Amino acid sequence: MKKYWKSLDELKENQEGNIPANEVAPEFSIEGLTEDEVKSKLKSNRRDFLKMLGFSVSTAALAASCEQPVRKAIPFLNKPEEVTPGTASHYASTFYDGNDYCPVVVKVRDGRPIKIEGNELSSITEGGTNARIQASVLGLYDSYRLNHPLKNGQKTDWTTLDSEITNALSGINVTGGKIIILSASVISPSMLRIFEEFKTKYPNTEVIYYDTVSYSAMRKANFETFGKEAVMRYNFADTEVIAGFNCDFLGSWLSPVEYALQYSKSRDLTNGKNTISKHYQFESWMSLTGSNADIRYPIKPSDEKVILANLYNYIAAKSGTPQIQVQASPVDISKLAEDLMLHQGKSLTVSGTNDVHIQTLVNAINFLTGNQGSTLGFERSSNLKKGIDERFEMLLGEMEQGKVDALFVYNVNPAYDYYDPAKFINALKNVKLSVSFGETPDETTKLCTYVCPDNHSLESWGDAEPFTGIYSLAQPCIQKLFDTRQMGESLLKWAGNTMDIHSYIQKYWEENLYPKQSEYLSFTDFWNHTLQKGVFEVQLGLYACPLYNFDYLMSLAPLMFADKPASGLELTLYEKVGLGTGKMANNPWLQELPDPITKAVWDNYLALSPTWAKENGFAMEDLVKINGTMELPVMLQPGQPYGTAAIAIGYGRTDGGKVANNLGKNAFVLASFINGSKQYSISSITIEKTGSTYPLATTQTHHQMEGRPLVRETVLGKWQQNPESGNELHRITEEKAVSLYKKPHYDSFHWELAIDLNKCIGCSACVIACQAENNVAVIGKEEVRKKRIMHWIRIDRYYSAVPPEKIGPDEFFNLEPENPEVFHQPVMCQHCDNAPCENVCPVAATPHSKEGLNQMAYNRCIGTRYCMNNCPYRVRRFNWYRYADNEKFDYNFNDELSKMVLNPDVVVRERGVVEKCSMCIQRIQEKKLKAKNENRMLEDGEINVACAQACPTKAIVFGNTNDKESRVSKLFDNARRYHLLEELHTLSSVGYLTKVRNKNVEDINENSEQHS
Amino acid sequence: MYDKTIRGVLIKGDKTYGQITSEILAPQERKAPMWWFAFMTLFTIGLAFGVYSMYVTVTQGIGTWGLNNSLGWGWDIINFVWWIGIGHAGTAFSIFLLILRQRWRTSINRAAEAMTVVAVLCAGLYPMIHMGRIWNAFFIMPYPNSRGPLWVNFNSPLFWDVVAISTYLMASATFWYIGMIPDLASVRDRATSKIKKAIYGFLSFGWMGSARSWLRFETTALILGGLTAPLVIAVHSIVSMDFATSVMAGWHTTVFPPYFVVGAIFSGFAMVLTLMIIIRKVFKFQDFVTDGHIDAIGRILTFVSLIMGTAYSTEIFMAWYSGAEGEIYTFFHNRIAGDHTKAFWTMVSCNAIIPQLFWFKKIRKNLTMVFIISIIINIGMWFERYVIIVTSLTKDYLPSNWATYRPTIIEIGIYAGTLSIFGLGVLLFIRYIPMMAMSELKMILKPTSKK
Repeated sequence: MKKYWKSLDELKENQEGNIPANEVAPEFSIEGLTEDEVKSKLKSNRRDFLKMLGFSVSTAALAASCEQPVRKAIPFLNKPEEVTPGTASHYASTFYDGNDYCPVVVKVRDGRPIKIEGNELSSITEGGTNARIQASVLGLYDSYRLNHPLKNGQKTDWTTLDSEITNALSGINVTGGKIIILSASVISPSMLRIFEEFKTKYPNTEVIYYDTVSYSAMRKANFETFGKEAVMRYNFADTEVIAGFNCDFLGSWLSPVEYALQYSKSRDLTNGKNTISKHYQFESWMSLTGSNADIRYPIKPSDEKVILANLYNYIAAKSGTPQIQVQASPVDISKLAEDLMLHQGKSLTVSGTNDVHIQTLVNAINFLTGNQGSTLGFERSSNLKKGIDERFEMLLGEMEQGKVDALFVYNVNPAYDYYDPAKFINALKNVKLSVSFGETPDETTKLCTYVCPDNHSLESWGDAEPFTGIYSLAQPCIQKLFDTRQMGESLLKWAGNTMDIHSYIQKYWEENLYPKQSEYLSFTDFWNHTLQKGVFEVQLGLYACPLYNFDYLMSLAPLMFADKPASGLELTLYEKVGLGTGKMANNPWLQELPDPITKAVWDNYLALSPTWAKENGFAMEDLVKINGTMELPVMLQPGQPYGTAAIAIGYGRTDGGKVANNLGKNAFVLASFINGSKQYSISSITIEKTGSTYPLATTQTHHQMEGRPLVRETVLGKWQQNPESGNELHRITEEKAVSLYKKPHYDSFHWELAIDLNKCIGCSACVIACQAENNVAVIGKEEVRKKRIMHWIRIDRYYSAVPPEKIGPDEFFNLEPENPEVFHQPVMCQHCDNAPCENVCPVAATPHSKEGLNQMAYNRCIGTRYCMNNCPYRVRRFNWYRYADNEKFDYNFNDELSKMVLNPDVVVRERGVVEKCSMCIQRIQEKKLKAKNENRMLEDGEINVACAQACPTKAIVFGNTNDKESRVSKLFDNARRYHLLEELHTLSSVGYLTKVRNKNVEDINENSEQHS
Repeated sequence: MYDKTIRGVLIKGDKTYGQITSEILAPQERKAPMWWFAFMTLFTIGLAFGVYSMYVTVTQGIGTWGLNNSLGWGWDIINFVWWIGIGHAGTAFSIFLLILRQRWRTSINRAAEAMTVVAVLCAGLYPMIHMGRIWNAFFIMPYPNSRGPLWVNFNSPLFWDVVAISTYLMASATFWYIGMIPDLASVRDRATSKIKKAIYGFLSFGWMGSARSWLRFETTALILGGLTAPLVIAVHSIVSMDFATSVMAGWHTTVFPPYFVVGAIFSGFAMVLTLMIIIRKVFKFQDFVTDGHIDAIGRILTFVSLIMGTAYSTEIFMAWYSGAEGEIYTFFHNRIAGDHTKAFWTMVSCNAIIPQLFWFKKIRKNLTMVFIISIIINIGMWFERYVIIVTSLTKDYLPSNWATYRPTIIEIGIYAGTLSIFGLGVLLFIRYIPMMAMSELKMILKPTSKK
């Protein structure tokens, strides 16, 4: 046969093909093949192989490039010392954003900080946190952050910027112009030293502190009455009587995490204590603190001074000090006054009102009741809140007159939160050199010529001295993500000091703090150990309590009530527990955190008393115009005093970021400056209907328990006689709970939770902690309005209701509209041992573990939602949409940066599956594995669930009830323990302890009638 | 034995066997009228709406419905149970009336069974579409697999549903089809076009009408009938257990299985009535579906309506008698009074009160009234499911979770879609399948050997 060939190769190959098969060396084992098969095998030659190879490679490449993202996996050739993939490292650090202070521990997984916990070594917080601190980790991954320095809004580099600013500063130095550093209160001692150094180089520098919410009157009053311009340290833990006046010390006032812990200690009935503090609260809006009070008086803001003056007079009369002229108090204060007198040195009167008169009276009352030096004092005075309002007002005047040559803005945003932003903005125009250290281009930063973006606190070195002699350190937990520079380092550079901030702080500590201790013999040792622990305390010497200056009080007395009495509708501005001052408004977790009282999300609103609103024709969600300018919807708020209104600050950002912008209205503009301090309550405001309505999203729309024994309560007197009081039903239920089936028994562990309702204050730190730990989706206002919030733990809030026979058609009037009692009840999956949800799942996607947990197999779930219907607690959450990588849910699951915060131990759930609290199974497994590797038993408290760990009041306790010595077992033995809906025989693993209010038995009888 | 002198003839007009065939097949042998096309178009549009709604549901998620954390089921399961109820008519007709020797059923059972098949198809759609992850729907089937093997949860009533409904669908479809074979053969024999002859020839499995065929035909029908009878009871009992085995107040009720079965028969019969009145009117089948038929169904409905009333009263009594807080709240503050009063009283009046009008012969004879009441019953039965599902879920044990529910356009669209499927099914049925069991009608033409 003729052979045709196209090339020499082909000819050669054809010839090769003619070679008998047995002469070709086989490339693979051909044993066991017949001769024919061998032949056919060999027919596939190198060329075919290459063809196949080419085809498969190109197909694979095509397939890969079409469908799969490029994954960058770089092996650790040189493994960093502390990083083990898949294992978390924890670094002690400090959270301070100008408002809240908290020693923290940062959990870092694979180089990414993903969770913030409280530092248990801190004597201030003992490991507690609040919602904002929990949520702050998301701020690190905020795509709104500036990633390079700016000049006039254009990108620039640090070298250019440094030289330009240094030149400008030198110029000012020559002309003797004024340089102002406008900063939020600085508590870092090394930062103060940097300021000093800066001042040495530029002597005309002045540091002016500006607090978003001012405590200036308190400092001023302290100065006038005690001669100390400082903020006192308070101790609620040892109090027997607490009197709060417009002071949300559990939610937002001064140091709420610290006070929450102290407060819970004074409310503890578990460790053999048999009495609790008695908490009176007088307030003009329904605050978190007021919701926990034993006796709460709704008052008009203008009445606060009158009440305090009367209280002072009552006490002064008994202690022989001069009284002041005042009209009669609108509420009877004699009971409170008697209580305060009775508990000398064991009480605390606090006011959150920024008014020198009021703070002067409060100081007098505390002094006369012997608290000075006992429950409060200057010994470890607070370095928080250093702003003096008058100084800032003066500064604005100087700026307007062009007297300020350079303004450095650090950690403040007056263009948003000053009561007259336009004034600040105009004044800023007259400043030649304006430099901002803003992390994000916020309202103030975008007005500044130069922006030198500061590092996020998780990328920064730092230290803090929140109280005299109590220190903590902050260390970076991640290499900085963007081209930013720590503010201190910038100042140092401009001051001509080339030291980096780390060495600077180290040097400061070596010089100033190392000598104050004797434990460590070398500084390196001291530094390493302190850095590891995060906190450091210095013992203080003897301290003499200052005496109260009654002359000052008497000099004020004639002025106190000289002003025209307030009239009309009185408005109070308050901080929401979640959003606070609005600094973290771009944080979707905080925006979607239900307010502990109203349960509203994503908005602020005008809270009105239901009775007043009804009389004046306002209904829920009516859009009203306040003072003819600001439009806000109405929220009917039981407990809001008649004839008053309240609005939360922190909303209405215009340059807060994609999440924050245009949510609610900026209520700071309603504040004013009177008598030398910023006032957050305003009288005679006008409100008028616009005729339209505005939808509000709340996670709870029914507010009473309908007489059901959900939150069980009693009063102290009854509890002391019978610890079971209020919980009698538990015994009855247990006795009646007869079943054909045996109660399940777990051989190894039985994980259960105990929640002390007497300690839970409803602060919602647990909600955010759970969200951060378990990758819970944010779904936005519209979806929340549809009642689809995804939180795994929610806090049910109930108001006490009027007697059943009076119940009318309007829901708000079924409640005690003027002054209800409030109940907070955290509810997460109850991990029932006889779970209704488990039975009904057709595909067995929610089985029971051998350790008593109710589990969810997301991969198995087909989404029939039968389990949700059959869960009497309604704790199951359905993924109604795909919440990740979905433009419609552009919060923290939709961009690469913010997804870095996801906990790699917890899967992000797919659309169409049901999810719920897993009792942080990933944490249980991690610690079990660790104990197993170390060949030992787990210790009680070694595992902690996210909600319990975050809780500032330690109201939630997790543990193994098979261990009879565990904390949770002991709480389960408490006579106050009951289970939610225990009559359904779900055998839930979450036990609640009854709420005990410190009321008199007479009050209670009245109340129990009302609840029946 | 049946005596026509007492009860009147079952087929009027002294027809011959031939007449029966030609009269019943006449509408199909004529050209399709304009209204048929008009309704086909209408239902096709409705179906398109339904398909679109399902597309949106599957591609975007159940979030497009009005459900929430408290209320995991809404129109999906309401309509599912409603359709299942309607799907009870055919089998109930064929089986129960067979057992009760009600021979008048023969002119109605074909249509009723056709209705059953379509209604069960509509119903079966809902458990599928309501799944969050429909693409994993096969998880619900107990099949050997390599994941363990991982079996379904045999304790779950939803799994029982799958088994019961699929069995019921297959059994009733088979029963219906087998009953149709001789009639399909008649159509084949009368067919003029080759294609029609071939198709009906195939469909009738080459039926020759031999004595042996008849014997086997009747035996099969009997066996299938016997097998299907318990299914009628089982299916809706099991559907009711979706609710009865739960812990929710208003669901957790032992009366549910009989209550649901009776309710299903109630709605099924009402739907049969609606349909037969239309068919009778349009195709002038008055000789086959006589006033006597309407009268008999009316009597049955009166009786069933009384049972419904009893069931409702039992529930309310038990709620009060139990003394359970949740039960009392659900029945007395959320149904009889409260947010869902309208739905509750619509249900009671439509199902337990208005059908009592059938006590009056005048009403039973007045076709317009009968037609209106039959529709009212179907509305009432829809509200019954609404009351059960929505009231219990919206206001449950923890008042903090109380929610409201409004369906979205997507849910309405899916319902419109299933209504259209039903409409299309009926239209196709009246066009291509003998509307009455001709072979069986012929058996009752001369009921006794007297003549």
